[in-house]
Amino acid sequence: MARTAIEFRNVSKQYANTSQYAVAGVNMRISEGSFITILGTSGSGKTTLLKMVNRIYEATSGEILYFGEHIKNLKLEEYRRKIGYVIQQVGLFPHMTVEENIGAIPQILRWDTDTIANRVNALLELVCLSPRDFKKRYPRQLSGGQQQRVGLARAMAADPDIMLMDEPFGAIDAITRQNLQEELIRIQRKLNKTILFVTHDVSEAFKLGDKVVIMHEGTIQQFDTPYGIISKPANEYVARLIATQDIVQRLKVLKAQSVMLPVDAQVSDRAFRVGTEESLHNILTYFLEHDQNHVLVEDGGRGVVGKITWEQLKVSTRQGKILSA
Amino acid sequence: MINESIAYLLLNIDKYYEAVIVHVEISLAAIAVSFMVAVPLGIWCSKNGSVSYSVINAFTILRIIPSLAVLVIAMPILGTGFVPALFALTLLAIPPILINTYSGFRNIDPSVLECAAGMGMNTEKILFGIEIPLAMPLILTGLRTSATEVIASATLASYIGAGGLGDFIFTGIGMNDARILLIGGMSVALLSALTEVSLTAVQHMVTKYQRD
Repeated sequence: MARTAIEFRNVSKQYANTSQYAVAGVNMRISEGSFITILGTSGSGKTTLLKMVNRIYEATSGEILYFGEHIKNLKLEEYRRKIGYVIQQVGLFPHMTVEENIGAIPQILRWDTDTIANRVNALLELVCLSPRDFKKRYPRQLSGGQQQRVGLARAMAADPDIMLMDEPFGAIDAITRQNLQEELIRIQRKLNKTILFVTHDVSEAFKLGDKVVIMHEGTIQQFDTPYGIISKPANEYVARLIATQDIVQRLKVLKAQSVMLPVDAQVSDRAFRVGTEESLHNILTYFLEHDQNHVLVEDGGRGVVGKITWEQLKVSTRQGKILSA
Repeated sequence: MINESIAYLLLNIDKYYEAVIVHVEISLAAIAVSFMVAVPLGIWCSKNGSVSYSVINAFTILRIIPSLAVLVIAMPILGTGFVPALFALTLLAIPPILINTYSGFRNIDPSVLECAAGMGMNTEKILFGIEIPLAMPLILTGLRTSATEVIASATLASYIGAGGLGDFIFTGIGMNDARILLIGGMSVALLSALTEVSLTAVQHMVTKYQRD
């Protein structure tokens, strides 16, 4: 059982001079190592919710806990250094090189020069930028996508437990965004960070999140896995939000493991095998191209764990469709 | 004409050196004092939006008063010599530095500051590590404007017995002697140009990141 990394207890936020609550009575537990996306339109309170975690905004009432400790009792700067922070505008320090940007917090933490240099190199490689070519550059000399890669590297510099990301790929072109999304998934799998990721893009939220929080008018409408949301939208609002996604888009976010039928017995079937993370979109494509009607789902070392038939695929797709219509 | 000036200069070289030193001293003192007043004040204004306009306007209005008038007004209180001259020149030098410090701080991209805070930098780190370096190019522009103005206006100090290159200019005017006038005028111009060039070089250095 994973520990709870962040817990919201009846958290509300009201900005000065407004009568409405930006966030109203949010309760939520986020387990360590999970990738949570927070989805909502502008004004839904999603960014406010995120920024209360590192106290950029202070909650008006309620409590936020970090591994069981009230964040208000923690020393602000020390607490923030345990949290990686990435925002849409990137916010790199324009007068510092890439190396200095990434090394800023390690420097404050008084790491020695060699350790910092090694850390910078390792992080640049992690975000697919060659240290030799990029270390000495200034932010101005980087493209938008490269800047956000550096932003990501900088946020991970002091090896934080939690990453807060506010629409980090919002201002980046579609192709670069797709690459960055895939790299972020890869990085998260590798380092097992807890990530809170705010977005207004439904497919991004569903593609990245182990679980998705849907926010509307300051409250959580639903907090569930992508499959759970698509198959059982909690209310009218959620249903309408996901209905804007066409069926093919939805198949792209559904993963094999979320719809497979479990099989226990040893399978000698020679049917095509797919990974647990395979999207239903790819499975459908396979069915159509090869005139097949089932595939087996394999989980790395554990061998075959389930199967997906043509019927099963139709049912799970339709469930989402009917409920969200 | 220039030969005659040089001849006069060589005859009075001791007096000339002393005047240059006094001129530079008084200018440097005025620039230093105004820098120490205007930069913190500008920073404070940039963080306190509601008072910033009153403070900046107050200094701008003070600046409209001609320096000579300030000298004359200050004389009964501060007497003659170095102190009232310093006071008048400081008043003159504050607004450009103040306004540029203020704009320099206000022009910083808020997302940069949000990131710095979000990453866990404290107020002091943000001020000295991020804000001041980022505002520095504009602060230096203000400093350049002030310095040039101060060096030119420091000639007036001579009126209240503070000395400086003004002595040569006013003696030249009084005696209707172009040689002496030229020495004073050229020297002030040269000092201004020198200051401008050296401060531009410093500014060039601190804005390196904006170019390569």
